[in-house]
Amino acid sequence: MAGRKRTVGTTRRERYIRDALLACASLSIITTFAILVILAVETVAFFSEVPLSRFLFDDEWTPLFADAHFGIWPLVAGTLLTSAIALVVAVPFGLLSAVYLGEFAPPRVRGILKPTLELLAGVPTIVYGYFALVVMTPMLQGFVPGLAGLNALSPGIVMGVMIVPLITSLSEDAIEAVPDSLREGAYALGAGRLATIFRVVLPTALSGIAASIVLAVSRAIGETMIVAIAAGQEPRLTLDPRVPIETMTTFMVQVGLGDAPTGSLGYRTLFVVGASLFAMTFVANIFSQRLARRFRER
Amino acid sequence: MPPRSSRSVRPPNRSLERAFAGLCLGAALLPVLVLVLLLGNVVIDGIGRLGWDFLTGYSSRVPEHAGILPAIVGSVMLVALTGVFAIPIGIATAIYLEEYGHRGRIATLIEVNIANLAGVPSIIYGLLGLELFVRALGFGRSLLAGALTLALLVAPIVIMASREALRTVPLALREAGFALGATQWSVIRKIVLPMALPGILTGSILAVSRAIGEAAPLVLLGAATAMNFLPDGLLAPFTALPIQIFNWTSRPQAGFAEAAAAAIIVLMLTLLVLNGFAIVLRNRVQRRIRR
Repeated sequence: MAGRKRTVGTTRRERYIRDALLACASLSIITTFAILVILAVETVAFFSEVPLSRFLFDDEWTPLFADAHFGIWPLVAGTLLTSAIALVVAVPFGLLSAVYLGEFAPPRVRGILKPTLELLAGVPTIVYGYFALVVMTPMLQGFVPGLAGLNALSPGIVMGVMIVPLITSLSEDAIEAVPDSLREGAYALGAGRLATIFRVVLPTALSGIAASIVLAVSRAIGETMIVAIAAGQEPRLTLDPRVPIETMTTFMVQVGLGDAPTGSLGYRTLFVVGASLFAMTFVANIFSQRLARRFRER
Repeated sequence: MPPRSSRSVRPPNRSLERAFAGLCLGAALLPVLVLVLLLGNVVIDGIGRLGWDFLTGYSSRVPEHAGILPAIVGSVMLVALTGVFAIPIGIATAIYLEEYGHRGRIATLIEVNIANLAGVPSIIYGLLGLELFVRALGFGRSLLAGALTLALLVAPIVIMASREALRTVPLALREAGFALGATQWSVIRKIVLPMALPGILTGSILAVSRAIGEAAPLVLLGAATAMNFLPDGLLAPFTALPIQIFNWTSRPQAGFAEAAAAAIIVLMLTLLVLNGFAIVLRNRVQRRIRR
C-alpha cells in the first residue's frame, strides 16, 4: 500500500494521528472481548446455581415459573423449526433469482430488480413481523387447517422472504465470479444454456453459494422481531409448525420486556440463552467464511 | 447449427431452457411481489390513522388517541447520536486498515474480528448494551445507552463501505501527493478522503437507516414502550419508532394494529428517502469511476 517507505517526513503529529486511528480500529476488538466476557461471566454464574445436566437433559423450559425447569431444547427446537421453514422458502427463491440475475436478466430488468432487492433487504424486521402476524397468518389460516394465531409457519415463511435478498446477492456474486471463458468453453463443446448453468456455472460457484446459505442459517437463527411478534411465547418441544412455540430470541425479548432484577436467576437465563445463540451463529459464521474463502481461492 | 463431433452431446432443448428462464424470472419477481403486498397492506391498514394528531400525539390507552411524537423524537435523537458515534469511528477504522495497516498482523486481526462482529445477531448487542452501558457504566435505560449500543451494531457497515470507497482511489494519486512532499495524513485528508467521500457517505446513510429500524437490542436495553413526555437529555428514558410499532402490534385491539400500520408508513417513508438517496449517490460514484 501507499506510503510504507515514505516515513522519512513523519513528524510527531503524523504518529499521533496514526495512533488515534489505531485506537478507533481496536474498539472492534474491545467490543468482541466485552461480548465474550459478559456472556461467559453470567453463564458461569448461571451454572453455579443450575447444574449443566438440568440445562441439557430436561425437556421443559420454564425458568420464570415457581416450578422452574431449565431444559434448553424447547427453545432450540423453536429456533431450528422457524429457521428450517425460512430456509425452505429462501434457498430455492434466492438461488433461482441469483441464476436469473447472473445468467438471464437483460441489463434493464437487472437495473430494476437489484435495487428492489436492496430495498427489501433494508425493510426493518419489525415491519416483517407485523406482516407475518397481520397479513400472512390470516392468509395461511385460509388453507392450513388448525393453524393457530401464533405459530411457527407464518413467521418462518416471512423470515424466508426476508433472507432471500441475502442469498440472492451473495450467490449472484459467486455466479458472476465464474469466468466467462468457462461458459464459452461449454458452449463450444455443444452444451446448451441449461447444461452450462447446471454442469459448469453452478458447480464452479458452489462454495460461494453454500457460504451464502450458511450465512442465511445464521441470520435466521438470530432473527428476533419476526418470531417475537408472530411465533408465540410457549416453549414447546415440537416439530408441528401450526402451534405457538418460542425461539431463543423470543425468550430473550420476553425477559427484556419483563423486569427481571439484576443478578436474579431469571436475569441470568437471558445470558445463558444469549450465549447459546451466540455459539450457534458463531459456528455458522465461521463455517460460511471458510466456504467463501475456499471459493475465492479457486 | 455448428456440426457436432460427438453423438453423446444432446442438442440443447430450447423450450426447456425457456421454461427454466421463466422459472428463474418468477423467483426473482417474488421480492417485488412481496414488497408490493407488504406496502399495500400497510398503507390500506394505516393511512386512515395517519394525520397531524397522530404525528404530534403521545401514547394513550385508547388506540384512536395514540400518537407517535415521543417515538419520532426518540428515534431522531437516537439515530443522530448513533451516527455521531459510529460514523467517525467507522471511518477512522477504515482509514487505519486501508492506509496504515499494510495487511500487518494487527490489521488482519481487526479485519477478521470485524467480519465476525458483522454476523453477531443484533439481540446479542442488546445484552452487551444492557450489561456494559446500562449497568456497568451507569447510563441507565437512556438515549445514550441506546445510541452507544446501536453505534457498536452499525459501525461494521460504515467500516466496510468506507474501506471499499478508499480502495477505489487510485494509488497513483497518493503517489503524486507523496511526490510533492505531502505527509501521509495530508495525502489522506486532501486527496484520498475527498475522492472517497461519496462512497463513505453512502455507507453512513445505510448504517443510519439500519439503526432506525432496529428494535431487538433496544427492547433488551429496556427502552420505554409508552411515553407521555419527550426525552430531554442524553440520560433521559426514550422510546423509538420500532419499539412503538412492536408494542402496538403485540396488543389485541384492532385499533392498535391500525396505529402500528400508520407508524410503519412513517418508518418506511423515512427509510425509502434515506435508501433512495444512498442508491442515487452510489450510482453517481460508479458512473464517475467508470469515466
